[in-house]
Amino acid sequence: MIARLQQLLAFAGLIVIAAFFAVATPSFGTYGNVVNILFSTVVIGLLALGTTFVIVTGGIDLSIGTGMALCAVMSGTFVVTWGLPWPLGVLLAVLFGGLIGLVNGVSTARFGLPPFIATLATMLVAQGLALVVSESTPIYFNDSPGYLLLSTGTLIPEFPNAVLVLIAATAVAAVLLRRGVLGRYAFAMGSNEEATALSGIDVTRWKIAVYTLAGLFTGLAGVMISARLGSAQPATGAGYELQAIAAVVIGGTSLSGGRGSIAGTVIGALIISVLNNGLQLLSIPQEWQNVVLGVVILIAVYADMARRRAVVVH
Amino acid sequence: MRRRQLLIGGLAVAGLAACNRDSGAAGDGPYVAIVAKGFQHQFWQAVKSGAEREAARAGATITFEGPATEKEVEAQITMLTNAIAKRPDAIGFAALDSKAAEGLLQQAKAQNIPVIAFDSGVDSQVPLTTAATDNLAAAAEAATHMSELIGGTGTVALVVHDQTSLTGQQRRDGFTRWMAENAPGVRLLPVQYGDGDQARSADITKSILSANPDVTGIYGANEGSAIGVVRGVQESGRTGVTIVGFDSGKAQLDAIRSGLMAGAITQNPVGMGAALITAALTAIRGEPLEKTIDTGYFWYDRTNIDTPEIQAVLYQ
Repeated sequence: MIARLQQLLAFAGLIVIAAFFAVATPSFGTYGNVVNILFSTVVIGLLALGTTFVIVTGGIDLSIGTGMALCAVMSGTFVVTWGLPWPLGVLLAVLFGGLIGLVNGVSTARFGLPPFIATLATMLVAQGLALVVSESTPIYFNDSPGYLLLSTGTLIPEFPNAVLVLIAATAVAAVLLRRGVLGRYAFAMGSNEEATALSGIDVTRWKIAVYTLAGLFTGLAGVMISARLGSAQPATGAGYELQAIAAVVIGGTSLSGGRGSIAGTVIGALIISVLNNGLQLLSIPQEWQNVVLGVVILIAVYADMARRRAVVVH
Repeated sequence: MRRRQLLIGGLAVAGLAACNRDSGAAGDGPYVAIVAKGFQHQFWQAVKSGAEREAARAGATITFEGPATEKEVEAQITMLTNAIAKRPDAIGFAALDSKAAEGLLQQAKAQNIPVIAFDSGVDSQVPLTTAATDNLAAAAEAATHMSELIGGTGTVALVVHDQTSLTGQQRRDGFTRWMAENAPGVRLLPVQYGDGDQARSADITKSILSANPDVTGIYGANEGSAIGVVRGVQESGRTGVTIVGFDSGKAQLDAIRSGLMAGAITQNPVGMGAALITAALTAIRGEPLEKTIDTGYFWYDRTNIDTPEIQAVLYQ
């Protein structure tokens, strides 16, 4: 019920912001620009989907940004360096992301490290490994046209495949979180981990599963960004984790765990993209774009807290 | 964020310590510790190779360090601290923040370690010389070609990597000033900044094209920006936009060969690395140095990209 309300609020915010830009600049509402916005949401959106599960359990994953870069590099290694067929390379890269998530999950669930620290360590390891594996050089996918079509190809005319991937991934995530056992336990762990364990649920195992799932989304994001850029850029990715977390929070998922939704996360990611796009269209200087985004995050978190307080009172 | 940088700094210390052992084992020639701005661009690899080649020729030993990204001023300061602590015979330094290092540079001076600045100037009297590209002049050269290519009239956009570093500022100002003074028919859009991140620069480019259907030219001020602009134009499906870039790298060379990009300015990073070492060795011998060493720049496009003169300065 509360999650539904928060979603509605985020959605209303998205509509208001979009309406403002549509009035302020004629090019905002054009089909081409709407596709631009969706396209620019893909990578942050994928990262935010996986992060939603982690945050619902009350955890955090800081490794997704540089993890994404490492997965991109691994994808390049599989497809370009080893010459594997690209669909196999993509699969392995996504699984590699799962492996990174598994490490995070084991560190936090099995060995009890605080997620903030465990994933911070993974973040650094991933950044380093991405540079080591690639020898600090971008890996180019020029000879794998099929790989590049994953992002910019158009199964539907004038609609990039990357956006289709995001839509499909969103559907999968929504089903897993709302209807799946994994989602149910994630909410339970986030609300009260002790009670969840006492009710006979293997908290360790399911928490590892949640981080692994986030890692799979990280792997997919790595594939999609390298397909878009036609290259695996080993040094990018730092900072992406914060944008993804911002999207999740704007979408109404509580950082203290127990509440959240995939729809909210996608709306949150869209709000960030719409703000970036709209402010760029208006030629607002970069520094002010960041100020606006920061204020939006503050409003989202404040609204969340205010509502929770209201619920307690009544 | 701060915690993260400290940790990266810590790792850097470990890395430097490892390097120090290597160099200690290497030999008796002069030792030059080089702290660069980063290593994510091919540019730095080329500077490094130029420095290594010149050092090998002169019998010197070098270490070459840089933070993981060109935003990590604090991490770079830590690296410089450690470089000084190793008591090298000279230091080569490319500042991420031209003022932040002043205290450390004074400390190097106090210990009689000569400092050679490279790539971008340092706001300090300590460096004996600066081996760098004249970025203002190089950006003006890019503007000259842009104006020529679009026939001296039209709307031109700029995607620049950042507004805090000297290179970002000079590559922006050199371009805009030349246009203001020499091309009255060219209208410049407000400058947009993309951190040199390809995906971000591509998104910005698409926004610019949506908002300004009359854009005839776009200038990308470094490797990541320029490649991002090419991607953005490609993704938008627009044709007839003249793209002028800066730096090189494989993606940019491909774009120029295929005609997606009209041309670009390349610096001479290999020469910069070599000039850095030459200057450092001169300083170690106690001989005087000019205040600046202009390491040069070149305009390259489809017509001259494969000439030996240009091939020698491209980095990929």
